[in-house]
Amino acid sequence: MDLLYYPGCTVKTSAKCLETSGFAVIKALGHNLVEMEEWNCCGVVASLTDDDLMHHLAPLRNLIHAEDQGQEKIVTFCDMCGNTLKQTNLRVQESEEDFDTLNNFMDQEEDYKKSVDVQHFLEFLRDDIGFAKLKKSVKKPLKGMKIMPYYGCTMLRPREVAIDDAEEPTILADLLKALGAEVIDTPYKIECCGSYHTIEQKDLTAKRAYRISQAAKDAGADAIMLSCPMCKFNLDYRGKDAEKIFDGYKQIPIYYYTQLLALALGLDVENCEFESHTVDPIPLLKEKKVI
Amino acid sequence: MSTEANNEAARQANAADTPEVSIVNIFVMGKRYQVPAGLTIMAAIEYAGYQLIRACGCRAGFCGACSTVYRKDDEQKLHFALACQTTVEDGMYLVQIPFVPASKAKYMIEDLKAEENTILSMYPEIARCVSCNTCTKSCPQDIKVMMYIQNALRGDIAKAAELSFDCIQCGMCAMRCPADIKHYHVGQLARRLRGKYIDTQSQDLKKRVAEVEGGQYDKEIEELVGMSEEQLRGLYNKREIEAKKKKKEGE
Repeated sequence: MDLLYYPGCTVKTSAKCLETSGFAVIKALGHNLVEMEEWNCCGVVASLTDDDLMHHLAPLRNLIHAEDQGQEKIVTFCDMCGNTLKQTNLRVQESEEDFDTLNNFMDQEEDYKKSVDVQHFLEFLRDDIGFAKLKKSVKKPLKGMKIMPYYGCTMLRPREVAIDDAEEPTILADLLKALGAEVIDTPYKIECCGSYHTIEQKDLTAKRAYRISQAAKDAGADAIMLSCPMCKFNLDYRGKDAEKIFDGYKQIPIYYYTQLLALALGLDVENCEFESHTVDPIPLLKEKKVI
Repeated sequence: MSTEANNEAARQANAADTPEVSIVNIFVMGKRYQVPAGLTIMAAIEYAGYQLIRACGCRAGFCGACSTVYRKDDEQKLHFALACQTTVEDGMYLVQIPFVPASKAKYMIEDLKAEENTILSMYPEIARCVSCNTCTKSCPQDIKVMMYIQNALRGDIAKAAELSFDCIQCGMCAMRCPADIKHYHVGQLARRLRGKYIDTQSQDLKKRVAEVEGGQYDKEIEELVGMSEEQLRGLYNKREIEAKKKKKEGE
């Protein structure tokens, strides 16, 4: 099946490994992601202000581009892109007035027909393929890997666009189980990573990375698996910074679910582009004989 | 105003000075003038008696100096044009934009690399783009301005260079942007990066530059510098055109 794919800027720049491993996975599963012919930034942060419609233009344009290509669904890897696209999609469904204002402002575009569904790639795996079926495709179970699934915020909040329960999400844990890994559950799975504080308050973010990763370690995890490129940067890169703040602390590796999925499906480790990570994820994989 | 410009205005006016040509009303900075229909905005402003000291350059649609903003009598929206390329219409309220203040990143192209974040690091404000598309609507060259900024943002330098290729640096995009992006400088950086690092280098060019630097044409240049205008014109008219020569050979 061909799926219309919305990439977003981050997977084209600092999170290329998420896209590369995701593409390898979708191909192995017998589907095809087709990048949208024209797309722009997702809007990054969904504005929650009532009268700030300007920040809904970017996501709305992408939804219109999808309609231009005659598609009713777009799939994305990035949590933040998925979030902004879904929130704007919801807003124009719910408020006819906002919808008119946005359409009138854009004037040169075709009006959005509200026909597009935005799907996170994790939703595609869970709802369209199914974890049970996915489990059958696993060629190399992640046996002996103790991993804390980490959800962050943007795939779970607000509730209206969440892909899982905001307080007790299980989607990543269910995926990990399907891949044969041991799930380490802690309340820190839904703690905020520090998000954009990483620009101005590096120490604050490093400390958050430490708290989350240390909680995982205390519960017995060797690594963390996540989906969001923002969380990945903060836990991986700022987590490494935390080694300078906390004496004797050692940051554990951070994996995208697409990377572990690729390895479990028996795909070559090259597809994971681990060289782009700050904390080297390879030694643990070798130790557990995954690669 | 140069003699040439004077002549051009007079010529266009004379050409229009036939019984069937109608007169249109235009407004230059709020003052009404009656000018013959069919003149370019630039010629009409000169016809009205103004001397263009700024906001006027090549008069051929290439230099981007004559960016013009206008609104028609009964219209809600602003229009943007090059004064030398657009003919006057009845009820145009015109203003010339002589200069666009736009800060420009300082860089040595040799010191840069064509990487995903190169443009973003020089012009971080491109991340403020909200995709409102006002830049695209203000471009007299009909360039997809917002899309090339978006391509720059996602590190696709080659595409940003391609989409911005027709830019003549008039600066209207930067004047209109709510995010204070300096689009035309961004496009220029993209094209420079692509030319230097992404596209295949032309071997002919490399050879020719070496010849020039080796002094092979110094004597010829000196001779040309010493020639009169008449001699130069004669030489120019007799020049060998490669494409024509090849066609002949082909025949």
